[in-house]
Amino acid sequence: MTRFERLRLDGVTRRFGGVDALAGLSLEIRRGEFIALLGPSGCGKSTALNCLAGLLPLSSGSIWRDDTRLDTLPPEKRGFGMVFQNYALFPHMSVQKNVSFGLQMRGVPRAEARRRTADAIRLVHLEEHARKLPGQLSGGQQQRVAIARAVVVEPSLVLMDEPLSNLDAKLRLEMRTEIRRLHQALGLTTVYVTHDQEEALSLADRLVVLRDGRVQQIGSPEEVHTRPVNRHVADFMGYRNLLPGSADGAYTKINNTGVRVKGTPIGSVSDGSPVVAAIRPEDVSLTGDLEATVEVAEYQGREIAAEVRTDDGLVLHVRTGQRHAPGDKVRLGFPPDRLLIFPADAS
Amino acid sequence: MRRSIVASPAAWLVWGAVIIFFIGLAGVIGSVVVNSFGLRWFDSWLPEAYTTQWYGQAWDEFTLLPVLTVTLVVSLLVVGISVAVGVPAAYVLARRAFPGSRILYLLFLLPILMPPITYGIPLATVLYKYGLAGHLSGVVLANLVPSIPFVILTMTPFIEQIDPAIERAARMCGARTRHVFLRILAPLLIPGILAASILVVVRTVGMFELTFLTAGPDSQTLVVALFYSMSAAGIRAQQSVDAMAVIYCVMMLVLLVVALRFVNPTQLVARVKEDPSE
Amino acid sequence: MSTATVALRHRLAERGVDTQMLLLVPATVFVVALFIYPFGYGLAVSLQPREGGMLAAYQGFFSDAYQRDTIMTTLWIALPAALLNVAASVPIAYRMRGRFRGKRLLTTVLVVPITLGTVLTAEGLLNFLGPAGWFNRFLLTTGLTDAPIRLTNNYWGVFFSLVITGFPFAFLLVLSYLSGIDPSLERAAATLGAGWRQRFFRITLPLLAPGLATTFCLTFVLAFSVFPSAILVGDPSGSTRVISIAAYEAAYVRYDYAAASAAAIIMGVVELIVIAIVLGLRGLLYTGSTAGGKG
Repeated sequence: MTRFERLRLDGVTRRFGGVDALAGLSLEIRRGEFIALLGPSGCGKSTALNCLAGLLPLSSGSIWRDDTRLDTLPPEKRGFGMVFQNYALFPHMSVQKNVSFGLQMRGVPRAEARRRTADAIRLVHLEEHARKLPGQLSGGQQQRVAIARAVVVEPSLVLMDEPLSNLDAKLRLEMRTEIRRLHQALGLTTVYVTHDQEEALSLADRLVVLRDGRVQQIGSPEEVHTRPVNRHVADFMGYRNLLPGSADGAYTKINNTGVRVKGTPIGSVSDGSPVVAAIRPEDVSLTGDLEATVEVAEYQGREIAAEVRTDDGLVLHVRTGQRHAPGDKVRLGFPPDRLLIFPADAS
Repeated sequence: MRRSIVASPAAWLVWGAVIIFFIGLAGVIGSVVVNSFGLRWFDSWLPEAYTTQWYGQAWDEFTLLPVLTVTLVVSLLVVGISVAVGVPAAYVLARRAFPGSRILYLLFLLPILMPPITYGIPLATVLYKYGLAGHLSGVVLANLVPSIPFVILTMTPFIEQIDPAIERAARMCGARTRHVFLRILAPLLIPGILAASILVVVRTVGMFELTFLTAGPDSQTLVVALFYSMSAAGIRAQQSVDAMAVIYCVMMLVLLVVALRFVNPTQLVARVKEDPSE
Repeated sequence: MSTATVALRHRLAERGVDTQMLLLVPATVFVVALFIYPFGYGLAVSLQPREGGMLAAYQGFFSDAYQRDTIMTTLWIALPAALLNVAASVPIAYRMRGRFRGKRLLTTVLVVPITLGTVLTAEGLLNFLGPAGWFNRFLLTTGLTDAPIRLTNNYWGVFFSLVITGFPFAFLLVLSYLSGIDPSLERAAATLGAGWRQRFFRITLPLLAPGLATTFCLTFVLAFSVFPSAILVGDPSGSTRVISIAAYEAAYVRYDYAAASAAAIIMGVVELIVIAIVLGLRGLLYTGSTAGGKG
């Protein structure tokens, strides 16, 4: 299959009835990379994937594989593989026929097609089910068929559209490992769409965070996790405590309270302007000087996730290894390098 | 899927076929309408002059007022009885699996699959034997044969898609069977019953064969009266037959417009699972 | 209440039988009394002819060429009409399976001929295709023919009437079967390198085929029972003397109920044979879900 060094998306835009579902996505994908498109539902990530696959025509922009322009080609000429959210297995064909379909379409000689089909089925551990129809398989097995069907043609790029969203929690973890393993073993280049930040962080080499059709941040999992570029990305990446306030010199004054905290400003924060202070529950320290009362405590294995309220009514989420019960008094502190201060934008 | 702006030859062929069909359809209906208003129309594209006199003539000659009354009464009786009998049966079929339920379902399917002429002739014979045919009751009874199964087959899937948990919830709230039916199911069923009823009306007004085989001179519906006036062509002016056809046509189109407020066009044809996103 | 009746009630309830089943009784009584009983009665009448042995009515039908040929006449009209209607529906429905402006209007216009029924269609065809009708006038004006083509009161009149009512019927059915096929299957095939031809013949058509068989059966039933248009726009004593006319004449012209019932039953049997053949072939196809997976 066509190997490439770089796949370039240049200002890829898709409008639906005057609304930008995806606005100016520019991205360079290197061979062997695992890219996750991440965002809440309706953020444009599936639109981006379908544009890449050729299933949706672009409103503007272009897609290049090295020096070949791709966005004018129909999906069947792009040589990509795709795993659909509902798997889209051909219900009238056996597992074997589903997997070999793409090879037949490419005119691969029969003997070679048979060998590669068998290899792909073995790769996803479905040897015993090769002759069954998709309707006779469980959700996880169908998922494996869909993956085998996409990778058997050795595509230059594999597109995955929320492939794990229909599976239960345990299977989801298993398949997650499986997907990463296949990616490495077969040397694939993968673009993976998901709304699950944990999935994206654990799988991807690079994340693309989208919101309302616009790219918010592109970066490594660590960058996105520890240094979100704005409050929306922070919100999506698990900064559960988002406290509106105003900048007051080196400090931030939290609205409607007497609380003043010190944090790390991200972006330009001018004195007196409205800001949002963001911190993850697990980063709130329980050895500070802000007094609060535990209101709700959820047991989560080694930790307790607690909702606490300060005397002047500020509600915060914290995590603690100590066994706190509702009514307990705690003292909170905010490590300045973990508390991020974002300018409060209008949107 | 990508669609090119410039249509391919295949697209031209497809749209061409559709356009030819619609031209034919327009010609069929249009020539009836034009003729019914034409005063003299011999060797020209359109009549030389127009008149509405044929409508008055048709109204008197074919005694359309009693015919329309019969059509209306027959339709209302058929709808009323088939809903009253069919909906409870549909409820049981939708909610219960019991020994023989599939056979019963097949029994209700048969009258719809059979062409009316095949069972209409023996049915008419039986109805004549018991003195039921030749007047209104025979026409109503004959029309019930496809209508009751039709209501059952339309309502069964409709009831199936109502979550049985709703009924159980009502019982857990203390509702008795009567209350479950009246307060919970009835309001949920109204849209389905309306749709089924209007479809039964359309089918009954348009049903030719069964009515034709069982009607007497005083119990003809409009479509049967139209058939008789057509097969007696030459006795009456062709234009007044056409005027009657237009009256029938308008009546059906009004029913169709009403029907389409409750159902989508495909449901008028058959019951097939539709794509929910359509 | 004795323990025995309680036990019986429990045993019945376990199999899903209880008092609610009484709701089925009226509908069952109606269908049995008005459909099953007349059929049995008709069968009995057909076996008790005024003269001759038990099968005399059937022997009479098959020994008289004028009656016997109605079977072939009916099939010769119904099969081509049903085939054409289904075959024409497939490419048209395939092209229109997506969403586009005016789709609802188009389907609405298509229901019109079905709603109007065969009697009105026959009247319209007599006017439109008749020797002085618009169609022949168009042919003469454009010089395509020298003399009017005869398209009514013969085979073609009946054929056209079956196309006008049958095509929309078949089309709407095929369209709804098509829209029941998960569109992501075709997209999946496209990403695997299948062009439109391969997508249609390898994915869509196999999934559509069982629906086509059903559509053909229903369209055939409509065409097979052609009665009013065979009389009105056809040639009821010759080329379009279909089997329903034979049955009708026996009952209402000759008052020979045995012969009439025999003809009706022969008609039902021939029709069921055709349907059984088609459904038998359908059984060989894949007939399961047309969804692409979970979700």
